[in-house]
Amino acid sequence: MLVRPIQKFLRKLGQPLVTFFSRLGELSLFVARSVYNCFTPPFYLNNIWRQLVDIGFYSLPVVALTTIFAGMVIALQSYSGFSRFGAESAVASVVLISVTRELAPALSALMVAGRIGAAMAAEIGTMRVTEQIDALTTLSTNPFKYLIAPRVIASVIVLPVLVMIGDVIGIFGGYVVGVYQLGFNPANYIKSTIDNLQALDITTGLVKAAVFGFIIAVMGCYNGYKSKGGAQGVGDATTNSVVSSSILILIFNYIITGMFFSK
Amino acid sequence: MSNPKIKITNLHKAFGRKVVLDGIDLEIAEGESLVVIGGSGTGKSVLIKCIQGILTPDKGSILVDDQEVVGVSEKEKELLHSKMGMLFQGGALFDSLSVWENVAFGLIENQNMERKAAKMEAIRVLRQVGLAPDVADLSPSELSGGMQKRVGLARAIATRPEIIFFDEPTTGLDPIMSDVINDLIIESVKGLGATALTITHDMASARKIADRIAMLYQGKIIWQGTVKEMDKTNNEYVRQFINGSSQGPIKVEV
Repeated sequence: MLVRPIQKFLRKLGQPLVTFFSRLGELSLFVARSVYNCFTPPFYLNNIWRQLVDIGFYSLPVVALTTIFAGMVIALQSYSGFSRFGAESAVASVVLISVTRELAPALSALMVAGRIGAAMAAEIGTMRVTEQIDALTTLSTNPFKYLIAPRVIASVIVLPVLVMIGDVIGIFGGYVVGVYQLGFNPANYIKSTIDNLQALDITTGLVKAAVFGFIIAVMGCYNGYKSKGGAQGVGDATTNSVVSSSILILIFNYIITGMFFSK
Repeated sequence: MSNPKIKITNLHKAFGRKVVLDGIDLEIAEGESLVVIGGSGTGKSVLIKCIQGILTPDKGSILVDDQEVVGVSEKEKELLHSKMGMLFQGGALFDSLSVWENVAFGLIENQNMERKAAKMEAIRVLRQVGLAPDVADLSPSELSGGMQKRVGLARAIATRPEIIFFDEPTTGLDPIMSDVINDLIIESVKGLGATALTITHDMASARKIADRIAMLYQGKIIWQGTVKEMDKTNNEYVRQFINGSSQGPIKVEV
């Protein structure tokens, strides 16, 4: 008598689980294929260049605005927080550490995921549903090499560059607030920033940036590549790419931080 | 008779529980133009994609020039594709590239032709399909449906393939433009001496471009023969299809 409901229950439980793991397998294969094709010729240098410009150059304003306000707000917050312990002088180094380790990489990556990941998913998704990807194949061109590898390569190269620029702008934002609003002595602020500057803070930020770049490109391309069913499918792909890459960025942000700084 | 250019034996393909191809046997001779007719959703496109290696069949064999296509490596597939050209139903032109870059795509990327020479060649092929040279620098989105089809045809024949596939070449075109495209298809196929496989449900088009017609129904080839034989056949399925009648053995799933 109980068999039926149990079966029903197991089916309810099993179906999403099977879907989840088959998706995960599909994604793993996709990632493996993408990486493999990043390292095997032919390389479409024109396409890589176009992506570098698209992802890097045109993301500069977004990254600049994000990081400058992040630096400014950190200066304000840490000042008001630390003044309780009379530790206001730590503001410069707190800005330095939080911008280079966390804010510049994570916030820039989230912004770029919205800007670039979505665009990748939409473009590749449209190419999928209008058969342009099949057309590439019939013209003896591997879509992974022509479409996906250039995006992954460009994204992994350019995100660290963006974050480096973001570091400078973010610290400058902190400086502006520190000097003009909180009344720090400019020379002291700069000296305290430079004294606290450590290579590790910068490098972890850049390592994160490269990983985030990879996540953004792969999730954008994957969702676009697998999209089906016309305009709605492309819309779903765009949404999924932004949501999934944002979540993965936050997860890997934690994991990488743990790898470098946990004792 | 020499060996067929394409030989398909017992081809099966299913998506989940939905069986699309259920044991296809089909041969296409070199230089022949075969038209596969059949209703929408009967798996005509799936058949072409299997031959091209875009989809992997569940069972069966496809020989192109006596070489097995099913289960070959990516490298061999690329080699196979260099023999083939395809005109897609929606054109499938690359909208990030200009018209001439579309036409010259295979020449530049695979035959490593210089861009300048490739552009000249592209313009020559465009003229062949009846398009003026000043179209070359436009973007595909600026063209009408008929012109996009022509550009798609130009791209398909630019690499001088041995086999050309036509996926619903006249769908979405007015009758006159359809006939123009039919003429262009015949011209370019005969001009290249290529083997052609067309899938369509447009009977006027099928009559015009076919050396031989095969009808696909419920995953099987249920009839094949010349246009003349088709008009005389007693096969009820074929008769219903060519007369375009809702009455008969073919039931439309609504």
